[in-house]
Amino acid sequence: MDNTKETMSNIEKTLSDAEETPSDDLSIVNPKTPLSALAHPHKDYSYAFLDEFAKREIRRRILKAIAIPGYQVPYASREMPMARGWGTGGLQVTLSLVGPGDIVKVIDQGDDDSVNAANLRRFIARMAGVKTTANPLEATLIQSRHRIPEERLREGQALILQVPVPEPLRHIEPSMAKTREMHADADYALMWLVLYEQLVRYGEFVTGASYPVIVNERYLMSPSPIPRWDTPMLHQAAHLTILSAGREKRLYAVPPYTDVHPLEFDDVYFQVESQADRVCRLTGARQKFMNEIPQPDGGSLFSLSDTGYAGKLLKRLQDQDVVIGETYYDENGGFYHAGYLKS
Amino acid sequence: MPAISNPDQLVLDEPQLISRQPLLLARGMVKHYGAVTAVAGVDVTVYPGEVLGIVGESGSGKSSLLRLLNLEEEPDEGEYYLNIPGYASANLLKVDRFHRRELRINHIGIVYQYPHLGLRMRYTSSGNVAERLIMAGERTFSVMRQAASELLSASEFPLERMDDLPCHLSGGMQQRVQLAKAMALKPQLLLLDEPTSGLDVSVQALVLDTLKRLQRLTHVTIIIVSHDLGVIRTLADRVMVMRRGHVIETGLSDQVLEDPQEAYTQQLVHAKL
Repeated sequence: MDNTKETMSNIEKTLSDAEETPSDDLSIVNPKTPLSALAHPHKDYSYAFLDEFAKREIRRRILKAIAIPGYQVPYASREMPMARGWGTGGLQVTLSLVGPGDIVKVIDQGDDDSVNAANLRRFIARMAGVKTTANPLEATLIQSRHRIPEERLREGQALILQVPVPEPLRHIEPSMAKTREMHADADYALMWLVLYEQLVRYGEFVTGASYPVIVNERYLMSPSPIPRWDTPMLHQAAHLTILSAGREKRLYAVPPYTDVHPLEFDDVYFQVESQADRVCRLTGARQKFMNEIPQPDGGSLFSLSDTGYAGKLLKRLQDQDVVIGETYYDENGGFYHAGYLKS
Repeated sequence: MPAISNPDQLVLDEPQLISRQPLLLARGMVKHYGAVTAVAGVDVTVYPGEVLGIVGESGSGKSSLLRLLNLEEEPDEGEYYLNIPGYASANLLKVDRFHRRELRINHIGIVYQYPHLGLRMRYTSSGNVAERLIMAGERTFSVMRQAASELLSASEFPLERMDDLPCHLSGGMQQRVQLAKAMALKPQLLLLDEPTSGLDVSVQALVLDTLKRLQRLTHVTIIIVSHDLGVIRTLADRVMVMRRGHVIETGLSDQVLEDPQEAYTQQLVHAKL
């Protein structure tokens, strides 16, 4: 991202150079000069697809989102060469942050190689000329749908989540005018009624993804459809998380080292999905988020959802040299912020 | 009159209307809907523990008045005071959204004629009651559960059905859930908008019984709107008769219903099937 700054300052320099030339003095322009000589040289696309004004607007919205953690900032979602709902929100944020020195990782449901991820990665690489990777430790920008990598992200990294429905109050209040009032008043009581109903009907909290959280003790936020397993990873994280919804034209952020607390009762606590008794069939890993693979006999096999992490584990099994970072959950399923998950 | 030997020693209670502050004081309430004037300058005074009945034919403005008193809608003119801690001298029509919400949650309960106005039909009955506690900041599940079952049994709701959806309940039970919900935070003021109009006569009697018992136990101040004089006679201490947005007669219920002064009230009292 430092290179982005460099690119930006180069652009600003070019602009200021242009201002210094007395271009407003029309007398020096030879009327016979062709118009093309006065215009910028022709390029098929701007760097990273979006034009500079679009990128600047999105960067400003991101700054506002970081300044007010969890607050949904409206932005002018641009038309992208793919359909809304396929990650255009995350893509616009990635493209406005990316610079030639960045290394980009794109995941979809934890998988680096699914169609959506491969498609987005190829587009970003082609438009920004950046290196891509499957290794979350190496990446500077990670665009993701539905998962956060199992290995801990660090300072300086940005996680960009694609969001379908940014409004956590959507299913209890259909009117956007009303939900904005509710956010302004921090009037989130009805969310606990939803939890009450779940406990009465099912005996447990059944919201599987997008589990609502309170960010920085103020705004209620939908953490995009990441599983409950990933929700605690946002709490006091070293990395920056930006969440962006292209169709809904809203983006919001969790800055580094910010409190994120899932909604719970004083006597019934938030729980992550239990991964106990699940063993990855390829790597033998335990206590990580697993994909369930139903078998013809009615049973199930499991494999790691995070393929980047699984790939590393496989390499280590083959005695190859590989650096595996510390994970959010240890071998016994303990979360790295001790005491954060109550039982 | 017997002679009083020593008049100096005789201590009389002051009349209550002088010694007690009214709980509710509304002055000059006016509400227009387009060209229609629903409420045309109505004054209401209600004393603590009192049950005020508002009667009138359909369209006389009684339900509109109740909506104004519930702070659901803003009147075009008027002043509205409730003698409750923190708001005693505040014109409630001028308070901001935040405090209006606080007032409606903590201090005013309402039971509507149509249960779908007062209940969330897709949430359980106990959840509907717990909602009031949640709104007031309760975050302990076991406390909510306990309170919901106590409140529902206080309004004589069969507890084995407390986790059924209101849309699966009978009309009488739905009204009992509404009542439990309205009483959840022990409000000072309970508004009843035709609470028994949709019910058949026998269920009506049972719900009225419950209301009467609750009123005796909690001394909650009630304003009940009904076109049914039987309901008013059973519950109300005092009656206000409304017609075309005006109050045309007011007085103790026995007095008004036995000896109506206005021609319209006479018609109303004698109009029985």
